[in-house]
Order: sequence, then C-alpha cells, then structure tokens
Amino acid sequence: MSVDLEQFKEMFYEESSENLEAMESGLLELSEGGTDLDVVNTIFRSAHSIKGGSATFGFTSVAGFTHVMEGLLDEMREGKREAEAKIIDILLESVDVLRAMLGSHQEGEEPDDERANILKSQLVAIRDGGVSSSSGSESQAQAADSSSEVSGGTCQGWNIQFSPHEDLLQTGNDPALMIRELGVLGTLSLEMDDSRLPSLDAMDPELAYLQWNMTLKSGEDGNVPNQDAIEEIFEWVEDECDLTLEAIEEKRKSPDRRADERRQNDRRQGSRRGGEAGAKKTTQAAASIRVGTERIDAMMDLVGELVITQSMLSQLGEDFDMSQMERLRDGLTQLERNSRELQESMMRMRMQPVSFAFNRFPRMVHDIGQKLGKQIRLEMVGEDTEMDKTVMEKLNDPLVHLVRNSMDHGLEPPEERIDAGKDPEGYVRLRAFHQGGSIVVEISDDGRGLSREKILGKAIEKGVVTEKDAELWSDEQVFNLLFDAGFSTAEKLSDLSGRGVGLDVVRRNIESLGGRVDVASKFGEGSSFSIRLPLTLAVLDGQLFRLAGQTFVLPLVSIIESLQIRKELVGGVGSNAEVYRLRDQYIPIIRPASILDCSDKHESLDGGLLVVVEWDNRHVGLLVDELLGQQQVVIKSLETNYQKVPAISGATILGDGKVSLIIDLAGLFELSGLMNDRAFRIAA
Amino acid sequence: MEAINTTQTTENQYLTFILDEEEFGVDILSVQELRGWENATPMPNTPDWIQGVINLRGVIVPIVCLRKRFGLEDREPCPTTVMIIVKVASGDKERVLGIVVDAVSEVYNINESDLQPAPSMDGAISIDFVKGLATIDEKMVILLDINKLVNEGVLAKTDNEKAESVSA
Amino acid sequence: MAKIMIVDDMASMRKMVSFTLESVGHEVMQADDGDVALGIAQENTFDLVITDVNMPNMDGITLTKELRSIPSFKFTPILLLTTESAKDKKMSGKAAGATGWLVKPFDPDKLLATIKRVLG
Repeated sequence: MSVDLEQFKEMFYEESSENLEAMESGLLELSEGGTDLDVVNTIFRSAHSIKGGSATFGFTSVAGFTHVMEGLLDEMREGKREAEAKIIDILLESVDVLRAMLGSHQEGEEPDDERANILKSQLVAIRDGGVSSSSGSESQAQAADSSSEVSGGTCQGWNIQFSPHEDLLQTGNDPALMIRELGVLGTLSLEMDDSRLPSLDAMDPELAYLQWNMTLKSGEDGNVPNQDAIEEIFEWVEDECDLTLEAIEEKRKSPDRRADERRQNDRRQGSRRGGEAGAKKTTQAAASIRVGTERIDAMMDLVGELVITQSMLSQLGEDFDMSQMERLRDGLTQLERNSRELQESMMRMRMQPVSFAFNRFPRMVHDIGQKLGKQIRLEMVGEDTEMDKTVMEKLNDPLVHLVRNSMDHGLEPPEERIDAGKDPEGYVRLRAFHQGGSIVVEISDDGRGLSREKILGKAIEKGVVTEKDAELWSDEQVFNLLFDAGFSTAEKLSDLSGRGVGLDVVRRNIESLGGRVDVASKFGEGSSFSIRLPLTLAVLDGQLFRLAGQTFVLPLVSIIESLQIRKELVGGVGSNAEVYRLRDQYIPIIRPASILDCSDKHESLDGGLLVVVEWDNRHVGLLVDELLGQQQVVIKSLETNYQKVPAISGATILGDGKVSLIIDLAGLFELSGLMNDRAFRIAA
Repeated sequence: MEAINTTQTTENQYLTFILDEEEFGVDILSVQELRGWENATPMPNTPDWIQGVINLRGVIVPIVCLRKRFGLEDREPCPTTVMIIVKVASGDKERVLGIVVDAVSEVYNINESDLQPAPSMDGAISIDFVKGLATIDEKMVILLDINKLVNEGVLAKTDNEKAESVSA
Repeated sequence: MAKIMIVDDMASMRKMVSFTLESVGHEVMQADDGDVALGIAQENTFDLVITDVNMPNMDGITLTKELRSIPSFKFTPILLLTTESAKDKKMSGKAAGATGWLVKPFDPDKLLATIKRVLG
C-alpha cells in the first residue's frame, strides 16, 4: 500500500520548530546556570522527537545529526556530563544548523551538510572525551546493520524449536500469531509439544504451556526464509522463550539474497524520494497561524448557530406567506448577528501573544552579549499581551533594532559599570501592556543613558537648533532628536550597529503602523524607548457600564474595585473638586457623564456607584450609573473612518449589534482637568 | 443610460436627495449603499452634527447629520429619512461615512458641461462643498463635492467647527 | 478490523500512524500523552496500543505499566515507538510489560507489517 507522507511533513516542520524553540530556551536557561533536570529532559526529548520524525520522513542527515546531539544530551541527563558553557554554545549552534537543515527540506532543497558535518564532528569529539575524531563512533552505526551470515554451505531451511516461558502471554504476545507469521515466510511444518501442559484443574489460562518444533522451508516462490526475518518474529520475546534456530544445509550455492534485498530497498527509497521532490513544488511554505483551541471551539459554536439559523430560514422559505413576515425578520436579524459574531471571532484568531515577537530575544541577547563582552540579563514582562498578528510582524524589525541599540549603546561593559558603582550585569527589559486601547512595548535598559549635552552639541553643529534656543528645549525634545533622519551620535557606534539603519527608520516604520515611539532617559541610569501602537483590532477584557442611558466599556485591568458611595466619606476640596475617603487615602471623584457630555445633570453622590480605577499609579473614582457585565471585546478604531475622539480609545460592537465606546482613562483625566488639580496631587 | 453622447463631454450619474426642500446630488460612484435611519451611538466631544457611530456589518461608521452640518433647522427623523453611506478617498485610504438626509429622490445622468458654477449662497452651505448647479426639468439640483465635504467639512475642521457649533 | 490507540506527543507522527492504520480500515483513537491515553483507556478497550516512549508528563514505559494494571489491558498488545539507539529502553519497556517495539524510522508498509504480528 502507499501512504502519502507529504501531508504530515508540514506538521512535522511546525512541530520541529517548536521543538527547536524549546531546545533553545532550555539551553539558554542552562547557560545562565540552571541545573534543573527537567530542563535537560525537555531538551533531550525535543531532540529525540526531531530525530524520530526526521528519520521517519526520510531526512537522514537531520536524523544523523540529532542522533549525535541526543547522545550528548543523554549523558547530561544522566549526570555523566556537566553543562559546560562550551557545550551549550555548540548545542545552540547545532539548533541553528538543524533549523537551517529543516528549513531547506521545507523549501524542497537539499540541505547543505557542510556546517552540520563540522559541528557533528565537534559534538562527537566532545562525546568521546575531546580526543578522537568522529570516525570511530560513526562506523559503529553502520556495523550494526551487517549481521552474521550463515557459514558454510547453502541453507535449505530451518529447524526451529520454540519454547515460550510461562509468562510470555503477560506482555501481550501470542505464540499462535508468531507461528502464523512464520507460515508467511515459507512452508511450515510443525509439531506441538504439550508435555508441559498440567491437568485441567491445575491449569492457569494466563500462562503459556505449549512448545513447538518446527521446520521452515522455502515457500511457493522458492526463496529460502531469511534468518533475520525469522529472528525478527521472535525479537520481542527473546527473553521470554527458549529459541533454537538450526540451518538445514545442502551443498548448493545460494544466491546472495542479502545483497538482492538491499538493492531492492535502495530502489524503493529512491522512488520514494523522487515522489517527494515532485510533490514539493506544490507545498510552498504556507503562512500559518497558531490559534488556541478554545478560540476554535468558540468559532465552532458560532458556526453551529449559523447552521441552525440557516435551516430555520430555509424551512421558512419552503412555504412562505406574509403572516410569517415577523419570523423572517427575526431570522434575518439572527443571521446578521451570527455572521457578525463569526467575523469577530475570526478577527480574534488573528490576535497573538506578544511572546511570539519576544521569543527570539533570549538567544539574540545571549549571542550579542557574548560578542560585545557585556553581561546582559534579559527581562520580559507582559508576554501574554495580545496583538494583531500583522501588526506584530511589522513590529519585529523595530524591536530588534531597539534591543540591539540598548545592548550596543545603552549598556556599558562590566568594568565601566563597576566603576560607576553599578551591578556588572546590566539588563534589557521588554515590557508589553495595553494602555488606553493602544499596545505599548517598552524597551528599557539600566545603561549609561542619553547625554543631553552630547545630543544638543550635535544638533547645534548640524544647525538643527541654535545655542540659545537649545536651553529652552525639554529633555524629551532633545532626546527625540535621535529619531531624526541623519542624526546619529556616531562616536558611540560599535561595529554591531554600523548597519546603516538609524532610529529614523524605526520611527518611520512605527508611524506607518499609525503608532509612535518615544524615548525617556536619565543620564547614567538608563534609557527607555516606548513604542505605542493604536490597534485597529485588539482584544480587551472590558467592564461594561451605563452612563446616562448609554453603555460604555472600561478596561477591566484598570479597575481596582467598585463601591457604593457613603455620603459621610465625601469631602470637597476647593469649589468643584470632590474627593472620597477610601480607607486611609483620599481619592478624587470624577464624573464621566459630564466630561463625556452625555448628561448635564449633576447627580447626587450619595448612594451613587463609584468605580475605583488605577491610572499612572494613582487611584481615581469614577461615578457611574450602573455596572453591567464583563466581557472580552474586540477594539475597533474610530480612526478608520473618522478620527481620534478625546477620552475614547475606540469602539466595540456588543452582542446586540450596538456600538459601544471604550473609555481612554488618560484622555478622560486630561479632559477632567484632574492633571492640574490640587486634589489629585493630594491623593497622589 | 441610453442617452446619446453628442458632445465630447462626460456624463456622470448622480444620486439626488432632498434636504430641507432643496434637491442635492452626489456622484453615484461614491455611494456605497442606502440605509434606513437608525439611532447612532453618540460620541462625546464631537461637533453636534456628528450624530454618532453605527455598526455597518462590523465596521464602525460615523454618521453626519447633513441638516445640522449645513446649519439648517433640525428635524425629527421620519420614515423617509435615509442614511446615504458614502465611500470617499481620504489621504491614502478610503473612509466610509453615513450622511443623514430627508429622503432620496432620483438618479440623473448629468453632463459635466451643463453644470453651472455655484453662486455664492447665503446660508450655511459653504460654496466650497458645491461642485456646481444643474437644472433638470426646470428644477435646480445642487451637486455636492462629496470628497471635499468629507475631507474638509467633516474631518479636518472638527476643532473649528466645534467652536462654531458651540457658539452658534 | 482492529481498534487501535496511538499515543505520541508529536502530532505529525501520531497523525501519520493513525492515517496509515485508518487507510487499511482500522479504527484509531489518538492521545497526545500518557495521561490522556490512560483516561481514554478507562473507558475503552483496544486490540492494540502503540505508544511513543519519550513524552512529557507520562512516558510510554510508565503508561505501559499503568495499562497492564487495568484488567482489560492485561493481554492487550502494546508496542513502543522507539529509536534504535534506545536498546535499554526496549528492555525496560519489556520489563514494564510491553509486547514489542516499532523502531523508528518506519514507513507505513513496515508499520502495517509489524502490527500484523500482534493482531489476531
């Protein structure tokens, strides 16, 4: 029979890249001094999986390569070998090589084995104690395949004595099936020996008592059964039976069957490979997206509903009259809702955790840190924050650039850090979070920071600003000069960043996504670049609430608590500002209804509902009419067809099809005048 | 569309609608669809002629009340009230907006050469948004430049207009 | 035709095996690790179990041991998917009660030929 393996290869590539990632992050963990056996186990298992799969799918060079890696990992797993830095580095490089090899296969090309072979011999050298070259161990594998030929004259058949041990049945093996298999190999005559069979009352049906003496001769095809084939049948029960195998010899020259067989094998493999190459052309590496099963399930539910609606409508259409108008309308409304929900659910699938973009950095920071001779710790926060896949893809390059920037220019070499009284190890921190309907990704470091003087000096030299005006510029203005085209503080460039791409490109890329990038820095203490991307679509956990009859959404993450206002805890500061005593602190109260001009009425605070939110480390109470449910909402930008609206970060479509606006807390506070309010400062 | 082009000038189709008893026309190519009037979700801190946003098959579409935008007397929606959904090039993308009018009227073929320049009009309909006047069966039809209306009259000038509408 | 369970954490292997088996008419259930397989085994009986050895959570050897302690699996053939390098694994697999092993790499033909040895 023929089974087309092609369809499983794509799956294998995808799994392999996951396995490679697991190996990579495991190795990096080890390189940071981790000794967790689980980590080593995971690395081993990943290598093992790749090996098994690649062998099965016919990628022999990959299998061979992983085999050597696996051997080394096995020794580490069993505590026979230390995870030395040198070994980790070679293993990391091996991961790269494997990735490239599998990548070639995926593209339908033969991988370039040269680098693999060099690395392989290095691995072998380590395994063999760093002395011998690869030759010894490699030939071993080949030797295993040649087995003993029957000596002397030609073989006419076999005498086989087979005595199962009593417990042979316990492993699920069945003598009857083995005998049947022997019968397939040739002409079998047999004699059963029941001498061990006890009397009926003493017999345990779970034990094996019978033994056989058999003669196996050539079958109808005239071929004498092969010893390997016979042994293979008993391979699994070697230790659970006594087996003797005697060749029946006659003086006749037998054809070299083994060679014959090998040739046949080669042919088979050859043709399979041919088919592979043919099919390859059609399987272009398709862009794929990984989606959590719960999202697929949710979509499945929606499709189910759609099908129900469809059948309801078609039933209605069978014999329609005007009296059913109402039902038709309901049905169509339902259909509209179904399709809308389906669309949204589809869009939600495009959301991916930002960890997909972050994942490459541990490796990159490790490698570049080494090259630069700097000790760098990578910290990642908020990797679960979700963003649209396409936005993320475009975020990749700017991110890489900024991280490299931090490593090259931000962080100092260890000696310099020690002189500055800092920990010799510096950090680069990647942090992602949602804020006001935007996604913010921060890249910060505790390096030397930006020098206002240096940048201004350059700006004056370039005529961007006059010496006199320069004094009036805020630090922020000055630092933002870095994003201007042709502005680089060249003296700080290291060989790594001399790549002709400046921060101006970073800014352009981000702005083309409708985002912005800012920098903040303190000289001697570090810098922080933040990329803010407004999302055309993003998922937000929202708290729905009502204000003057209108439903709004508040990001759930910013809500601390909600409470019923007690009049005696309300205080006034100045004429309009109201504050509320929340346990031991005073928090300002703001009235979104009047800020968002939905209502002019000045509702009494007593008994009102106060939602306490946290923003920029401060607590503020929002007066709302009613709290509704919490739900995940898809954020839609108002800027697609309109423009930015103050205090509103976007809109979403609720289950009933109505549009609901999402509150942007920063904007709301700005509008409320709270930023300058004395009460706010008291509370802060 | 059977009209015979005897001249070299181009002929365009216009959808006309009624607003405060005047007939206006927009290039039919910019009309995406017509929709019955529905309540929009109001947006805070926007000019009063922005009625709010609606959900158009999953897309958030702002709705402009043309009566208010042109400074005409406001009126309760009635069964003929219609939202004309237009698609307009704006910068490097297309924007979709809804325009609330009293009723839709006809589709006319109008020859560009028959357009008369708009005289300066008293009232709030800025001459900037008028492409020209056409006379059809003795009636005057005011053809709007919908691109200009959206890009200059709805989007960019929000801050100024807001100030105006507040002071008005 | 037989009812078979395939246990492997690698979906490509699992699907390949089950596709092959299904294409000749066997009924196949898939599990992606030992824990899941044990759960399935509580409610089903099989004519054959094929399991990978190296898996997270519960490996194939432990799974074999656990399965053998379920009465309905006492004599069920259990084949381990293994690589030739793992000779000691084969032995510990046998000790745990495995019927035999399938050595990777295998192609569909070899897979079908091998399971014939254990399916009645």
